[in-house]
Amino acid sequence: MDLIMLVIGAILVKNILLMQYLGNCPFLGTSKRMETAIGMGMAVIFTMTLSTAITWLVSRAILVPLGLEYLRTIAFILVIAALVQFVEIFMKKAMPALYQALGIFLPLITTNCAILGVALLVVEKQYDFVHMMVFGPASAAGFALALILFAGIRERFRIAHMPRTIQDTAIGLITAGLMSLAFLGFKGMA
Amino acid sequence: MRIVKEFTKGFTTQLPPFRLVLGLCPVLAVTTTVENGIGMGLAATFVLLCSNVMISLLRKVIPSKVRIACFIVLIASFVVIVELVMKAFFFGLSQSLGIFIPLIVVNCIILGRAEAFAAKNPVHYAAVDGLGVGLGFTLSLAVVGALREILGQGTFFGSSVFGPGFEPFAFMAQAPGAFVCLGALLFLMNVYDRHRLRMRT
Repeated sequence: MDLIMLVIGAILVKNILLMQYLGNCPFLGTSKRMETAIGMGMAVIFTMTLSTAITWLVSRAILVPLGLEYLRTIAFILVIAALVQFVEIFMKKAMPALYQALGIFLPLITTNCAILGVALLVVEKQYDFVHMMVFGPASAAGFALALILFAGIRERFRIAHMPRTIQDTAIGLITAGLMSLAFLGFKGMA
Repeated sequence: MRIVKEFTKGFTTQLPPFRLVLGLCPVLAVTTTVENGIGMGLAATFVLLCSNVMISLLRKVIPSKVRIACFIVLIASFVVIVELVMKAFFFGLSQSLGIFIPLIVVNCIILGRAEAFAAKNPVHYAAVDGLGVGLGFTLSLAVVGALREILGQGTFFGSSVFGPGFEPFAFMAQAPGAFVCLGALLFLMNVYDRHRLRMRT
């Protein structure tokens, strides 16, 4: 029950994009077309699951026993940068089809603040292994859900008539605000 | 004077996040009050200034293949400094900014300036560029923060603006308000640009 609440909380109630304001650059940058949004969503789910687990291990096994918590930021960003590079090389060899599909989105993930943000949140909330393994993928799924919904709305803008001054980012942000308002409705659930 | 131009462009053509739509997360997240906005902006300015100077000094030493990794490590070191200083001297502010202080590492503006400017220019220009863009960012954060604090809580720097009869517009203080407020500001800025362009021609 506790874990189900955690999943619902991470996907809907505390959606990292719309409620916690993490990862907004790729949110606006990759949502103009549906295919790129799906590619980015998948890449984030894959990397965030791995990175949360590895940073959790680094924190528990290395930083805390040695009393080096103040190096958390540097250690985590290095782990994430190395992991993204590794995943890229590995996927190129082992899963070329998926690598082709994700393409340029993999390297971009290093500077996606959602990845580092979730890694930091897990440590800050002091989740144990099981909760961490649930929270990471669930947050990533929330990211992908919001991104794909947003891309669906944004595709319609191409055929809509609107003043040139409000096109693109301005209307995108206002739409994101309305989506965020809709997600606010889930607040009573968890 | 090139050095003046490099400084003022942070407020005009390269004003983040309105002209360069980068680094949106802190703009949305910490601007519930003016104070938080300015605190975040100054923290980012410090990191931007230091990282620009260091990267510009080291630009001939860093091999170009691993430059992004080197930049990130440099930026992360300065972020750790900011994090510790804030915890020691501005504890309240560091509590309300929360994880957004360590997240300065992945702020695209900082890496963007490092890659686009500091890695190619001599140190005095890089320093001025970092300071200009950083202060521009602080200014934007302060404006968004002021708007959201005045409308969302009816206060400015913590003191009441409208008196006790004012019913705060709670929408502005929450997540949706942040998105709509930023979108509306961006729209107004575009309108102003178009108007100015039309006047000139």
